[in-house]
This record gives sequence, C-alpha cells and structure tokens, in this order.
Amino acid sequence: MRRLGKVVVLGAWLLITLFPLYWIVVTSLKPKAEIFSMPLKYWPDAITFEHYAELFSFADFGAYLLNSLIVSLVAAAVVTVIGVIGGHTLARFSFPGRGAVMLAFLVTQMIPLFIALGPLYLLMSDLDLLNRLAGLMLVYVAMLVPFSTIIMRGFCERIPAALEEAAQVDGATRLVAMLRVVIPVMLPGIAATFIFAFVQCWNELFLAITFIDSEDSKTIPVAMNSFITQYDIDWGSMAAATVVSVIPTLVLFAAIRRYIVEGLTAGAVKG
Amino acid sequence: MVARHAKPAFTVRRARFIALCLLPGAVFVALFTYYPMIRGAVIAFQRYNLFDLTSTPFVGLENFWSVLAEERFWTALRNTGTWVVVSLFFQFFLGFGLALLLRRQFRGRGLYQAWVFFPWAMSGFLIGLLWRWMFNGQFGVINDLLLKAGIIDERIGFLASPGWAMTSVIVANIWYGVTFFAIMIMAALQSVPPELYEAASVDGASRMRQFWHVTLPHIRPTLALIVLLRIIWILNFPDLIYSMTGGGPAGSTDIITTFLIQQVSGGDYGRAGAVGMLALGLLLAFSIFYLNVTRMERS
Repeated sequence: MRRLGKVVVLGAWLLITLFPLYWIVVTSLKPKAEIFSMPLKYWPDAITFEHYAELFSFADFGAYLLNSLIVSLVAAAVVTVIGVIGGHTLARFSFPGRGAVMLAFLVTQMIPLFIALGPLYLLMSDLDLLNRLAGLMLVYVAMLVPFSTIIMRGFCERIPAALEEAAQVDGATRLVAMLRVVIPVMLPGIAATFIFAFVQCWNELFLAITFIDSEDSKTIPVAMNSFITQYDIDWGSMAAATVVSVIPTLVLFAAIRRYIVEGLTAGAVKG
Repeated sequence: MVARHAKPAFTVRRARFIALCLLPGAVFVALFTYYPMIRGAVIAFQRYNLFDLTSTPFVGLENFWSVLAEERFWTALRNTGTWVVVSLFFQFFLGFGLALLLRRQFRGRGLYQAWVFFPWAMSGFLIGLLWRWMFNGQFGVINDLLLKAGIIDERIGFLASPGWAMTSVIVANIWYGVTFFAIMIMAALQSVPPELYEAASVDGASRMRQFWHVTLPHIRPTLALIVLLRIIWILNFPDLIYSMTGGGPAGSTDIITTFLIQQVSGGDYGRAGAVGMLALGLLLAFSIFYLNVTRMERS
C-alpha cells in the first residue's frame, strides 16, 4: 500500500513535470489551423514540420543558432580556462588578500548583473561593443568567472597537493606540474563547468536584448524576444523555436546532472 | 581543506605567479561587474536620461523620491513579497516531499531524477513562454483541462485579468523550483550519518520521531542556507514574469526586478539606478536579517 502510494505520487509529479514539454512539442507539430481550433487536440491529426521549415526559411533561425553557438562556445571556453587557473591558485596558495578575492567573487554571485544594466550599456557603448558578438562574449565571461573560479577551487582542494609536489620534485615547473597532474584528475569537473557555463550563455536574455538589436548579431533569446514583442504571437513558430533551442541544453544538462547540485550551490555552501 | 601545511610560503616570485594567475578573472570582474555597479550607484544621484545626455547634473535624492512617490513601485514591492513567499512555500514543501520519496534507493531512481530534472535545462524565458501558451485564455490547455474536469464552467483569461495573473506566474514558478529543492534536500538528507539512525532505532524511536529528532536537527543549517539561496534567486528572477506577462496586466505581476528592467529600457538611467540601489539595499538587509535569525535560532 505504501509502495503503491509512492509510485502514484512520483508518477503524478513526473507527468506534471513533463506535460509542458510534451505540449510545446505537440504544438510545434500541429498545422496552424489546428493550433487555433476547438476542441483542443492532444495529438495532431496530421503531423507537420511547416513551423520548423518556416523558422529556417523566413526567420533566418540558422544564423541565430550559429551566433548563439559561437558566443556560448567561446565564452564558456574562456571562462573555464580562467576558472581552472584562478581556482587552482586560490586552492593551493595562501597569500594576503586571498580572502578578499574570494569575497569579491562571492558577492557577485548574490547580486544579479542586470542591476547595473544601464551603466553596462553605457560601458559597452563607450568600448564600441554594442551589436557585436565579441561584446556579448566579454560580458558573459565576466558574468561566469566568479562561479567557475569558485567551483574549480573546490575541485582542486580535493586533489592532494602531494601529487603536484611529486611532479615538481621530478623537475617539472609549477605550471607544467599543474597541466600534467591536476588537469587530468579534474577533467570531469572541468567538462561539467564548461557545459554549465555554455548553457548559461545559451540561455541568457537580458544582457543580450540590451546590447544587441542588429539582425546579424542576434542570438536565439534575442530573436525569440522579438517574436513576443510583436502584437500577435505565432505560437506554431514559437513552439518550434522553443524546441530547437532547448534540445542542446537538454542533452548537455543530462550529461552533467551529477555536478549540477554542486554548481547551483557553488561558493555558497563552501567558501 | 587538504593539507594546509603543504601550502608553500610567500615569496616575491611566488607572489608574481599568483597575481598573474588571478589577474584575468579579476580584470573581467572589475571591469564588467564592479565598475558598472559603482557607476550605477553614482548615476542614481544624477539626472541621466539616455535621450538627453547634454546635461547630467547631480540632483541629490531626486530619483529616489520620484521612484518612492510612484504607486507602481509600491505595487511591485508588494508583489515581490507575494511572489517570493508563496513560491517558496510551495517549492519547499513539495520539494521536501519529493526528496523524502526519492531518498531510498529504488530501481530506476537515477532515470527518474534525470527526467524530472529537465526544467533546469530551460531558461526562465522559455519556461515563461511555455506557460504563457498553456495559460492562454482561448486556446490554452489549462483552460481545456479545467473545463473537462468540471472545475470551471467557462474559460478564464488567466494572464489578462489582474486577479489571476499573479497566481499564474507563481504556479509556473513553483513548477520550475520544486525539483531544485528536492535535489538539494535529498543531498542534505543523505549527509545524515547512518549511525545516528541506528542509535535511534535501538532506542526504539518510531520513524516519525527519528525524523523530528534526528534528521531535522541535523539538516537544519543546510536547509536554512538552501532557503536563503533560493529566496535570493527568486528575488532576482524576472525572466519568467518577463516572458509570461511582461509585468502586466496593469502592473499586477510587476516585481522589483521587472520594474527595474522597464526603467532601463525606458532610458531613464538615473531612476533605474535608484531602483537598482533600492533593490540591492533590500537584498542586503534581508540577507543579514535572515542570517541573524537562523544563527540566533541555532544557539
């Protein structure tokens, strides 16, 4: 009886969790007439891919996808490298000001970057970085550096320093020792951090819509945002766009699920 | 903390190495985070409109007074309270329940967790769109399901009526947050040493008593931290509301952060700065208050 109750509750929650996803997929596969007709169909009479085709022919969604991919890949890579080097340093050395550096990073985790959205816009304008993918990359790196540094520090602290010292005794310099010993051990953590950062950039909205409005630098969230600010939302295309943009993040997050709890609490639990 | 004694002593060469390693991150954060924040704090005291930058004089507290005199700001403030408290309440208790169900190993648990975790891969913006479509007053599936179940007699314009809009965005937010709580609380539950339970069952304590006297006291500090993090996160989470209702209708789903974003896109950076400062003050005051309360309770 107990067991049955448990199965029912867990099943119900799974259904509630997955239904919105199911619904958006179904909507994206319905012909337009069927989306806006009564009674609602819970499965399309005839599956169509017209919304997906439209997305790529009229809306130039391929270009937005590519922009998002470039920005997210570059920013995530830079963030990860900076995080490994900085986190390793914070974990291995004690030096005056270490606490202050940690604090300066931690504070940024509590305050959303868009609190300074206006001044950031002015800064980007001064640096001539508006409407440029490079500008977006720089801001994203800044947004994610504290997180990646703090979490890398945590990973480093779990590796015995003796490992590195042994390598140094063998004559390797500190940097080589780090590359040869620390990186391989931390590889899963590094991959997880990279993916987490990638997804954050891929999903970011407010900075992107503030800095980008030219057609050829739009990322996916910017493009989708311009769909919704139009008077009438074309829900078929919107659903298709949602599905396309969420697939990469679903796959990536599934791969690093184990690490996500750590990512979500980075710096707050440890510190 | 691995072998602190092994950390090498401080020398000039080492200092240079350390500085070099920390420099890139520090530069990014200083330039693109701290500098704009400081500038924002200064701008809050200036007349600073993007569409008239010929004069940007310091005007003292004028921006603050003008924000505080606006009815919409106070509405947003009240809404922020409702948004945080109600979302958090349901996220916490539903999440706790789910965590308790998932606590013991069973076949397929990993797979189950993977599936219920999927909302986390989506941005708040997309979640908002999903629910905006489902709450649609005409073709929304929620109306359809409620009609079929006989709970309502006619369709409700959930996002078009001020009375329903807040409920709707909160429902979406709860849906989004339960899994987060479940996973975090599960991690906390698993941190309780099994010996404690063994000792308790030797003493003949029932499962209920074990929960109250062993589990809960042990995980309380972690719970407090999870809740604090979560509150800060919900406070700072305009994405979902932005794409679901845009703060409307008539400001009925505005929270401080959506209000702030409207100020920025309106171009009045002076006022936006003032709103930002007020929001920041609120955040800090709340965090300090909360940490003090939980600390007092512990001692």
